[in-house]
Amino acid sequence: MMLAAIQTDESLWSLEWLPRLPQRLVEMLLHKLGASEWFVDFGGLLAAAVTVVAVFLGAFALLSLIERKTLARVQNRIGPNRAGWFGILQPVADGIKMLTKEDIVPARAEKLLHLLAPILIGLPAILALGVIPYGREWTPVSLDLGLLFFFSIGALTEVSVFMAGWASGSKFPMLGAMRAISQMVSYELPLLLSALGVVMVTGSLSLPEIVARQEGYHLGFLPAWNLLTPWGLVGGLVFFIAALAESNRSPFDLPEGESEIVAGHMTEYSGFKYALFFMGEYLGLFAISGLGITLFLGGWQAPLPGLEFVPSWIWFFGKLALVIFLFLWIRATFPRLRIDQLMRFAWLCLIPMALLTLPAAAIWHFTGRGFLSWVVTVPLLMIPWGILTVIFNKRLAPATRTYRFADS
Amino acid sequence: MNQDKMETPAAPARWTWPGLGLLQGLAVSGKNFVQSFYKKERMTTVQYPEERAPISPNFRNFPFLCYDGDDPKAGLRCTACTICEKECPPQCIYIVLDRDENGKSLKRPKVFDIDISVCMNCGICAEVCPFDSIYMDGEYELSTDDRFGGLMLGLDRLSKSADYHMKLRPEQATEVMERRKAEEEKKAAAAAAKAAKAKADQEAKEKAAAEAGASGEKGDEA
Ligand code: SF4
Ligand code: SF4
Repeated sequence: MMLAAIQTDESLWSLEWLPRLPQRLVEMLLHKLGASEWFVDFGGLLAAAVTVVAVFLGAFALLSLIERKTLARVQNRIGPNRAGWFGILQPVADGIKMLTKEDIVPARAEKLLHLLAPILIGLPAILALGVIPYGREWTPVSLDLGLLFFFSIGALTEVSVFMAGWASGSKFPMLGAMRAISQMVSYELPLLLSALGVVMVTGSLSLPEIVARQEGYHLGFLPAWNLLTPWGLVGGLVFFIAALAESNRSPFDLPEGESEIVAGHMTEYSGFKYALFFMGEYLGLFAISGLGITLFLGGWQAPLPGLEFVPSWIWFFGKLALVIFLFLWIRATFPRLRIDQLMRFAWLCLIPMALLTLPAAAIWHFTGRGFLSWVVTVPLLMIPWGILTVIFNKRLAPATRTYRFADS
Repeated sequence: MNQDKMETPAAPARWTWPGLGLLQGLAVSGKNFVQSFYKKERMTTVQYPEERAPISPNFRNFPFLCYDGDDPKAGLRCTACTICEKECPPQCIYIVLDRDENGKSLKRPKVFDIDISVCMNCGICAEVCPFDSIYMDGEYELSTDDRFGGLMLGLDRLSKSADYHMKLRPEQATEVMERRKAEEEKKAAAAAAKAAKAKADQEAKEKAAAEAGASGEKGDEA
């Protein structure tokens, strides 16, 4: 039965079947028990969903530790090292602490919404994680409109953030929620626009299809990822920055700016509900990094020719780890933006650049994706970038700062 | 020359490629991250319960009583003069003089309590003591679950040897040691001189007496 469950085109040793194993096993089991067709499918999908959730919850626990360790290292500290070997049990200790804490609901809160918000916050991320292709043979739910599904589900996060802010019935959560909404709505635009270039070139909204189209190598060793094209580089950068803002990561963590508004929309939450917000945030981070990898970094494709023997899902998770590390590195480095800088950056820089990737992608497609395409698209993107540079330097950065009170 | 212009130099050109500063910042934090794994001098964290950072000789918190030799009771330098008790600003020292059965002072404390929940670590007691007896301690692990008894230090917890003092604050302890030794020598010398003088006096007296006797005899004779 085990072997039958691992029915795959490739050899047993490629390990491509490993992440799909639970789904297969449940399907086989239900089939043996004589369940009807739809029930077998349902059971299999349920098993796949449980696999995804289990994997990413484990990754969340690990990341909460690794994040603290990384930040500590950047600040020349050691980080948590008391609970277990090198602090490996720290997430468990944190979990127990969160669970045993008192759950406080403010007297003026809208009780039902206050309860619902933390439950709903992780939901969009989990749903979105379901459509990402993790390996050559494993996409939990393969949708024709996967990208559309991802973005429309992802927009739900805003609802639960605002729900939390509104239902808490106090001003800091409300302020945090307002910031979150304005930020997320502003950055949704560049996020979508930068993904659009990929859709134009691929001609499909299906995520497995997008990954499959990034197969192969230029010049024999450069992977044919979208990132390594002029429009893909700009689009990828815009996507990355917008993803930082969408997942409320530093330096765009204004909605929960500790120094200004306590913890933003999470201020009135305590105990496990607070932990759920954290979980939702990290799952969202995984989802959006996974999408970025799928769109620009070639998904599960190997980075160099000759490395295809490594199971494709290992490549995916390796890239995921790298991208997440980049997120942590950025968090350890940059201070938080001000809200007007944040908005200006989105509307004056990211959106024009994201819009430019669309004609660039079109030209790239119609000029045959060769030398000529490079010659046309690079200036198309570089000249506006130069103009933006001049504008940002001239108009927005004051030559000298004058301090009215400190200087006298 | 224009003084104002000298003081405010022209602002340097601020034109940079956008993103360059970000990359420089990332380089700095990346360097910190990587070097923290192999550069020992970067990591200044001390793993506290297992390791302790050495404390400076100038570190001080609560007072302790110094004794010479091995016996904390006999060697105690304190003479129960109660100067420190009177000087202590928050009045947290409590001293009872030890007396023998006849009510004569034994020049040592029977009770010496310091309430460290009241003590404000000012060090005045250590400054005023004329007998080099009370000094500020360096011990900081004093938390206790006994709110009253645990924070009331009696003679048993206050008495610490001169060696401990030497280890804690070598410079001060050496100075005190030398001074005490010199004083003792002086005292011994003075005592010896006194004894010698007394002896001489005695001898002189005896001589005088003998002479007087002799002259008396002579006088009698005369
Ligand atoms: S510690 Fe010093 S000042 Fe205080 S009673 Fe003893 S001898 Fe006197
Ligand atoms: S350090 Fe100051 S407060 Fe404490 S016992 Fe000495 S004189 Fe009193």
